[in-house]
Amino acid sequence: MKKTHLKRAAAFLLTALMAGTALAGCGGSSSSKADSDTSSKAESGSKADDASVADLPGDPKAGKVYYLQFKPEQGDAWKALAEKYTKETGIPVTVVTAAEGTYETTLATEMTKTDAPTLFQVNGPVGLSNWSDFCYDLKGTELFANLTSQDYALTDGDAVKGVAYVIESYGIIYNKTLLQKYCDSDFATVKSIDEINSFEKLKTVADEIQANKDALGVKGAFTSAGMDPSSDWRFKTHLANLPIYFEYQDEGITSTDAIKGTYLENYKNMWDLYITDSTANKTQLSTKTGADAETEFIKGEAVFFQNGTWEYGAITEGGLKDEDLGMLPIYIGVGDEANQGLCTGSENYWCVNSEADKNDIAATIDFLNWCVTSETGTTDLAETMGFVIPFKNAKEAKNVFVKIDTDLTAAGKKPVSWNFTTMPSEDWKNGVGSALTQYAAGTGDWDAVKKAFVDGWASEYAKNNG
Amino acid sequence: MFRKPKRKLYALIFVLPTFAAFCIGFIYPFINGIRLSFFDFKVITKVKDFVGFDNYVKAFQNESFVRSIWYTALFVVVNVVLINLIAFFVAYALTIGIRGSNMYRTVFFMPNLIGGIVLGFIWKKIFGAILVHFGTTLTTNAGWGFWGLVILMCWQQAGYMMIIYIAGFQSVPSDLYEAAKIDGANKRQLLTNVTLPMMMPSITICTFLTLTNSFKLYDQNLVLTGGQPIVDGIPQTELIAHNIVRHYENMKTTAIGQAEGIIFFLIVVVVSLVQLWLTRRKEVQA
Repeated sequence: MKKTHLKRAAAFLLTALMAGTALAGCGGSSSSKADSDTSSKAESGSKADDASVADLPGDPKAGKVYYLQFKPEQGDAWKALAEKYTKETGIPVTVVTAAEGTYETTLATEMTKTDAPTLFQVNGPVGLSNWSDFCYDLKGTELFANLTSQDYALTDGDAVKGVAYVIESYGIIYNKTLLQKYCDSDFATVKSIDEINSFEKLKTVADEIQANKDALGVKGAFTSAGMDPSSDWRFKTHLANLPIYFEYQDEGITSTDAIKGTYLENYKNMWDLYITDSTANKTQLSTKTGADAETEFIKGEAVFFQNGTWEYGAITEGGLKDEDLGMLPIYIGVGDEANQGLCTGSENYWCVNSEADKNDIAATIDFLNWCVTSETGTTDLAETMGFVIPFKNAKEAKNVFVKIDTDLTAAGKKPVSWNFTTMPSEDWKNGVGSALTQYAAGTGDWDAVKKAFVDGWASEYAKNNG
Repeated sequence: MFRKPKRKLYALIFVLPTFAAFCIGFIYPFINGIRLSFFDFKVITKVKDFVGFDNYVKAFQNESFVRSIWYTALFVVVNVVLINLIAFFVAYALTIGIRGSNMYRTVFFMPNLIGGIVLGFIWKKIFGAILVHFGTTLTTNAGWGFWGLVILMCWQQAGYMMIIYIAGFQSVPSDLYEAAKIDGANKRQLLTNVTLPMMMPSITICTFLTLTNSFKLYDQNLVLTGGQPIVDGIPQTELIAHNIVRHYENMKTTAIGQAEGIIFFLIVVVVSLVQLWLTRRKEVQA
């Protein structure tokens, strides 16, 4: 008798537990959220953003800021700046930096939490399309008004969904000392660095350096064009920007659902140059990392290194001095090359979480505004983080590459805009990257790159926007 | 008689914490996962519309997912055969009394103690160093990518299965061998008529483990090839788990990735149940 009682009790208990978990499964979001009052307010906060608000939606003093930050290099600097802000205003600011290459997934996870990030980042129009529902309309805020140009805002219809906070440039970084050594040599056709202003000249220089690498004491003209994930973005994304940019210019568009690939031949020429006049064997590029290329450049084993302003810290810490460094525009042999500037733009946009508590939204906007207007904020952004910020109160950065960009623009050179933010998907980039690697290794031909570039664009665009 | 129920009560109490953890960590996410696969969503707490089987339909319309299923199937078959053959014969060799067999057992078991990511990186270097002489790499040559994964998997799993087989060999009663020898059985007959039937329980468990482990492989795939090379937008060396994670992480296809996870679960359950049923039938009582 007792036995059956127990069995029943046990069965009941188990059923209850199962049912409990099952029911919890159905109402997961609501039940887990109900235990904190901030989240229940968040629901009302999200409704409020439909109405366009000029003033802050709540009281910043009663709010808090949680910033999920994208750039691993600047993680500590952001934390320090946040502490300064808390000291000054008493408003708590938490900064969390996602590990490299995991920002989107971290964000997707963090967003499910009761205390979701109040401030997050998207990388441009394609990134925005994922998170648009979560972006508070920044139109009418002081932060938006402080932008030096409205072009630096990310808009969706009428709403301002994101604001760029750092402007970066990339090009071909060169070792000035080594390049000068080449110019001074008797085998050199190009006798001055200033003469390099077209693909033709760049190719001549690179070919001659490669042919005389022993005389110059280098291993190659270009650092290894590594296709390891730590380096492949330099080619599948940044270099690929150029044929896209020139095509957009021709067509007078800023994005497209189908790329024609008008300038893919130029892309090929540039890629051939990178992999031929190189420190590394073509077949082994898939194993070469970003650190490999960086080390080669720092050690003076190569003259050219395609990278951007963000690389300044690593290069100078490695021992190269400001006077050793220069940056050339990436000439691929299209357009008015003599007047081409560096590739300049942003893939770092601030977005304020519209689902957050009203006071938190207010606190977040206040914090951002403080960062880009106050003495402390602008100094830290410019000097500690080395950022050029597109805001009126910006301080000049120490970064030598940034100065080169400023000088080139002042001299009337036209910057190449960042159109890679319109690339249809990560899978598209990976497809192009893989085709480039195989072309270099000799296991694939250029047609595969073309196919991945043109057909891949159309199919990925359809997949992600259909 | 009277103490027994009480013991059961205690057992129940002691089981409860683990059971609760099991519910929280497995049953709840599992049921929620099934529910989510019928919805459109990007962030799991902000579920949008009910879409029925839409996610499942889209999953099967995705070429790379369908390819990864077949690719994984091939991978599983090759692995189950190779790992079990290697483990069986290594175990056999180490039970017939070679000098130093204890040391060998430890050595063969060691790879199992290293995590998948680390193993992946180590083998990536090894393969890279070898393939450089052939002017190719794992990530540009899909064939090498496949065999790279197989070699890595065999190297890691064979040692573990070997331990199970050794236990199996040792549990075969020696009087059976004696009786068979008296009846005039030769070595091959001993193996096929005595050892193999008696080893069926070990074979069942080893086949099950290699089957499910090969199906679930993710870490090694991620590090070793990452699905590269990609041809026409389809990764050539992508196993099903990697495909699911890739789709889930892409915010455009998160919900489809969720449905793929459920499909994956069903495939593994069906295949492993069939395998258990098949091998169990061959088991004999001593």
